[in-house]
Amino acid sequence: MLLAFDTATPLVTVALHDGERVVVELSSEQPMKHGEHLAPLIARAMDDAGIVRQDLTAIAVGVGPGPFTGLRVGIVTARTLGFVLEIPVYGVCSLDAIALEVVGTGAASGSFLVATDARRKEVYLASYDPDARRLEGPVVTRPAEVATAAPVAGAGPSLYPDHFPHAIAPARPSAAWLATGVADELIDLLDPEPLYLRRPDAVAGAPRKPALRDVSSLDSSGTLP
Amino acid sequence: MTDEPLVLGIETSCDETGVGIVRGHTLLADTVASSVEEHARFGGVVPEVASRAHLEAMVPTIERAAETAGIALSDIDAVAVTSGPGLAGALLVGVASAKALALGLGKPIYGVNHLAAHVAVDQLEHGPLPEPCLAMLVSGGHSSLLEVTDVTVGVEPMGATIDDAAGEAFDKVARLLGLPFPGGPHIDRAARSGNSVAIDFPRGLTSRRDLERHRFDFSFSGLKTAVARWVETQQRDGITIDVADVAASFQEAVCDVLTRKAIDAATSRGIEDILIGGGVAANSRLRAMAEERAAARNIRVRVPRPGLCTDNGAMVAALGAELVARGRTPSLLDLPADSSQPITTVVA
Ligand SMILES: [Zn+2]
Repeated sequence: MLLAFDTATPLVTVALHDGERVVVELSSEQPMKHGEHLAPLIARAMDDAGIVRQDLTAIAVGVGPGPFTGLRVGIVTARTLGFVLEIPVYGVCSLDAIALEVVGTGAASGSFLVATDARRKEVYLASYDPDARRLEGPVVTRPAEVATAAPVAGAGPSLYPDHFPHAIAPARPSAAWLATGVADELIDLLDPEPLYLRRPDAVAGAPRKPALRDVSSLDSSGTLP
Repeated sequence: MTDEPLVLGIETSCDETGVGIVRGHTLLADTVASSVEEHARFGGVVPEVASRAHLEAMVPTIERAAETAGIALSDIDAVAVTSGPGLAGALLVGVASAKALALGLGKPIYGVNHLAAHVAVDQLEHGPLPEPCLAMLVSGGHSSLLEVTDVTVGVEPMGATIDDAAGEAFDKVARLLGLPFPGGPHIDRAARSGNSVAIDFPRGLTSRRDLERHRFDFSFSGLKTAVARWVETQQRDGITIDVADVAASFQEAVCDVLTRKAIDAATSRGIEDILIGGGVAANSRLRAMAEERAAARNIRVRVPRPGLCTDNGAMVAALGAELVARGRTPSLLDLPADSSQPITTVVA
């Protein structure tokens, strides 16, 4: 039994795949609660499917790109669970899972793009051929720089309708399609490492001054509990 | 449930990824991976850098702890994890990993308060906690005086810093003096060859007026500014700064206020045992001064060894084991990470 989940968008999505089909799919209803919702959803999915933890044979996790905090919740959960259950853990680009659903549901007939919310007025973007094979990306970029009339899935079009006027479903990844992609070998497998695409927001300030003049700069040293 | 439960504890509230394993009051493993090196060049902990490091270190640290303890994870009775207070993103990595462990092992999970864990860790060194006791927790993140009657139920805050934490003051003054981050050990070392009465630095919140409102509270921001001003003035006048004297005088001011208020707090409640925890508890002057002053009032002082004072997984496991032994109710799987979890909430 394959356990799949994704935390690269504000909602958590969890699914179980028995090798032939998806047997359960669950999703959180409140946004930005990855830490609270993921583990209970996994437990509920196993209950609903009538299986126990020892029945799990592999884990697939969305590795983004997406907001870092949620991404880490998913990946550390996958790695830890894989470690204690001694089963393999696969990473999948979350945009690929969206692309697979686009093609699987016939939402696009030709090439298309997937754009998701990268915050700070940017999007995570990748382009796909009609068979959901990734052509370019993922990258993080400003919508204006990649404005297109081509079909675009993901949350991008609803956030930036001027730049992505041709919206197609779905708006976010589903663990069911993620699981299907892995089970049916339709999707590239990655290491369960986050696709951050951005460096940490830390400015390596000026080199340490032996004795300082500016007292005020003391308060901006970034020391935290 | 056994009174010697086997508990694994996870701590990720700041920059150390800690995993500890205890059986009752016996420490079996205390494995820590630190990202302090990565933060050193920033002069402080960068939350995103810490969170990324936790993710990478988490599973290898669990694995190493289990190896060191010589146990199979399936044998543990419960998982404990720091649910707060701390850096939100950092806490979340530990909490999510602990939930996955609990789920994968079919064991209960306890989301515990980081400060209560700093108190409970002393059991691994000195056995059952005296009840009640007065706990003084001093580190880069906290400076609190707590009355502890039962560490598994509730801890009553008596006082805390109103601005910087004690360890934060050490870091900032170290930086001012050109000493490396984290500042505590370097100030301690430099101070040994210095004169602690060379400069009369201010003792925050000790004036009669301040004591009315803040009898058991601390303030270190004025002290930090006073040190900066002093250094600045010396420099302007072209006088070479005696780092050892500044370090010793600063350290004396911090330790004076801490020990004075801790003893006052204990005495005010008729408590005869003081427990010191947190990274600053490793400071040699603080230990010496606390012991000397407490002895004069017939108060006993307990300080765990330095390795147990800093943030680690053993302290979380120690509190977890006590919770299991005393039959406390575990947390639920939807347990949140709470960056400002109040000290009165021992189990989230
Ligand atoms: Zn601490």
